[in-house]
Amino acid sequence: MTTQVEAHSGYKYKSDSNRLGLWLFIISDAFVFGGLLVSRFYLFAGERPELNQWLGVIVTFVLLTSSFFMYRADTDISYGNVKGFTRNILVTLILGILFLIGVVGLEWPTAPFSAGENAMSSIFFTMTGMHALHVLSGVIFLYIVYRNGKKGLYSKERHFPVEAAAIYWHFVDVVWVFFYPALYLMGNPV
Amino acid sequence: MRFYKLSLFRGLGFMLVGTFIGVVITILIRLLIGLPAWNAEPILVVGALFGAIAFMFGTRVMDDWFKWARGIDTPEPAEDSEAEGWKRFIHVSFDHKVIGIQYGLTSILILSVAGLFAMIFRTELAQPGLQFLTPDGFNTLISLHGIVNIGGILLGVAAMANYLVPLMIGANDMAFPRLNAFAYWINIPAIVMLLSTILLGGVDAGWTGYPPLSENLAKIGFSMFFLGVYLIGLSSILGGLNLITTIIRMRAPGMSYFRMPIFVWSTLATMIISLTATQLIGLSFQMVLFDRVFGMDFFNPNQGGNVLLFQNLFWFYSHPAVYVFVLPGLGIISELLPVFSRKPLFGYRWVALSSMAIALVGFFVWAHHMFTSGMADFLRVPFTYSTLLVAVPTGIKFFSWTGTIWRGKLSFQTPMLYVLGAISIFLLGGLSGPPNATVATDLHIHDTYFIVGHFHATMFGGYLFPFVAAAYFWFPLITGRMYSERWGKIGFWLMLIGFYFQSLFQMQTGLLGMRRRIADYDPALGVDFQQLVVSIAGFVVGLGLLVFITNILVSAKRGQVAEQNPWRSRSPEWYIPTPVWGHNYEKPFEVVGEPYDYGLEGSDYTSLGGVADTPADSAVPEPAAAD
Repeated sequence: MTTQVEAHSGYKYKSDSNRLGLWLFIISDAFVFGGLLVSRFYLFAGERPELNQWLGVIVTFVLLTSSFFMYRADTDISYGNVKGFTRNILVTLILGILFLIGVVGLEWPTAPFSAGENAMSSIFFTMTGMHALHVLSGVIFLYIVYRNGKKGLYSKERHFPVEAAAIYWHFVDVVWVFFYPALYLMGNPV
Repeated sequence: MRFYKLSLFRGLGFMLVGTFIGVVITILIRLLIGLPAWNAEPILVVGALFGAIAFMFGTRVMDDWFKWARGIDTPEPAEDSEAEGWKRFIHVSFDHKVIGIQYGLTSILILSVAGLFAMIFRTELAQPGLQFLTPDGFNTLISLHGIVNIGGILLGVAAMANYLVPLMIGANDMAFPRLNAFAYWINIPAIVMLLSTILLGGVDAGWTGYPPLSENLAKIGFSMFFLGVYLIGLSSILGGLNLITTIIRMRAPGMSYFRMPIFVWSTLATMIISLTATQLIGLSFQMVLFDRVFGMDFFNPNQGGNVLLFQNLFWFYSHPAVYVFVLPGLGIISELLPVFSRKPLFGYRWVALSSMAIALVGFFVWAHHMFTSGMADFLRVPFTYSTLLVAVPTGIKFFSWTGTIWRGKLSFQTPMLYVLGAISIFLLGGLSGPPNATVATDLHIHDTYFIVGHFHATMFGGYLFPFVAAAYFWFPLITGRMYSERWGKIGFWLMLIGFYFQSLFQMQTGLLGMRRRIADYDPALGVDFQQLVVSIAGFVVGLGLLVFITNILVSAKRGQVAEQNPWRSRSPEWYIPTPVWGHNYEKPFEVVGEPYDYGLEGSDYTSLGGVADTPADSAVPEPAAAD
């Protein structure tokens, strides 16, 4: 194992620890979403709520596209391109907000049921709500990174917060890849 | 330092204001969307949530994070607390040792509160008939006894892990010191919420909080109960994240995984459970909370809900949780036995991996709590077998302990007595386990006092006795002083004898047919005598714990100054001046040998030195009488 004396300080060492901590957080968080998915199928194996299919496709498209721009922002900063980074992260941020408007602002009020109606509506609102909460925290995270990036705090060598925001954003995106079919596509609508 | 600047008081003040703001905001929102202004439960829930957040602002643990968000770099947290003396334990500190002691003191405090609850209802149960408790009051007390103890044990586990792990692996602090402080302080509003349930109608559904009971009873206490446990769970998750990162990233040079102290191994296994499974009890409690506050229907069968879903989610955490409680304790046993036996730990690698095996198997056993719940019959058999499988790695540990003390040069100071007591009690708890895991017998003893006897034996043997052993063992390191050996031994015998009477008679009561969670019993059942014995024995255990608490508190101030490394341990934390505050290791050390090679001439664990055991003076010397 590690026989050489490591300096337990310095940007790289700390970033490596932070990265591990971030991944552990994501593993932990995945259990919440896993639990929600299991609950959804435990309660209703062959059924799904009646939802606006077009809206579902559009918000999914918006969120997946945002991940593409997040990737570009991350790549830009690792090449030291601060300008490209700020531009791309702004696009990601806007797409994230559009997703939130689509789900919380449009899908929730127009759904043909309310949160307290039955178990299926409960699981729908809890799953989308929990995911939206994560998107919202991701948007806040992106804004912080955007603002600090504009101040010129990130460089080719020192940009772990950007990487962390990217990992988190992709994670939230991947969760939706599972949630979208579970809520919009699988089972017969009731 | 003025008292109102101390984090605890500042936080509580902020919490009060925050709760008020939360209540006002909720009322305004309710008016805005056209609901009647006052509905106590949702308003108080949001108020409490605001209060908890305000508490965290008030303690100032999050100050650095906000600076980072604004792009301001901060230096590493100061190693010395701003507060002096005892005040440092109620003020924010980022030193893992201070946080460990904060955890430990809080744990002892709330375990005592939970113990007091037990004493109240044991007095009620000492004779048949209802004397002074109402059935609802009784049920609230047993529920709180359970959940507050669980919170207290989680804090105690965090105390041992926080204090010991960085010292043992040669790190100067945890990987994320600020997160560490955050994870401790979030417990305080959680405890306030849990205890506030007494004033808010009580929680008379058992510590498990099963719906539909916990969902339909119109008592605000339930919402506070769920919220409080949720926050303690958050602390547990963050602590797990921090400890795993610390163990993986910050070990001393030369400390490969198979040269880590066993306690570090068991912490690693424990924290893997904490990190992942805890989310599911959080989710299940959140769902009941949504059912109560938003009128959702997860567990309402009339609207397509299913109460068994709750039990599945709940036990997916709550069974592995018992391994969170006992694995660190079992690690302490394996850690101390070689020191007091002056022999290498028998089968080090097997013991290390057995913790991992218990943690892993623990994820596949949860439904054994549900054999009588009406779940699918065919699922009972696989869960019986997976549960029995836990006995294999646990057996490895027992085998190793026996092998370690076999022909060792034993000495019987207080920590060793507690370790041996822990082994014997955990054996009782372990042997009474398989009847619960086997469907045929479980159908008879499910929800009886037999179960109560069983899990108290596992908790005392797996957590409480090892915790007390650890507190006495590392007492010289923590305080620089020696505890009173005589009072330590008196406390031990009180606890041990009291506990055996309590547990065995509980089991017998259960076999005679007495169900748990009932405030009264029929004299015709023939358990009057047993119930009386359990009550008296419970008080004796309480007395033993009181002796322990008094001993450490008094000795911390007046005890004899301890010599360096009084147990002649090989572990690195004993080779630095005591008591340790601030920086742990002036210069990094290197691991050059095996951790437990006691009695092997010329073997060292670390480059800090070691203890050479010559046959002439091999046993740990009796400390001078410090009474």
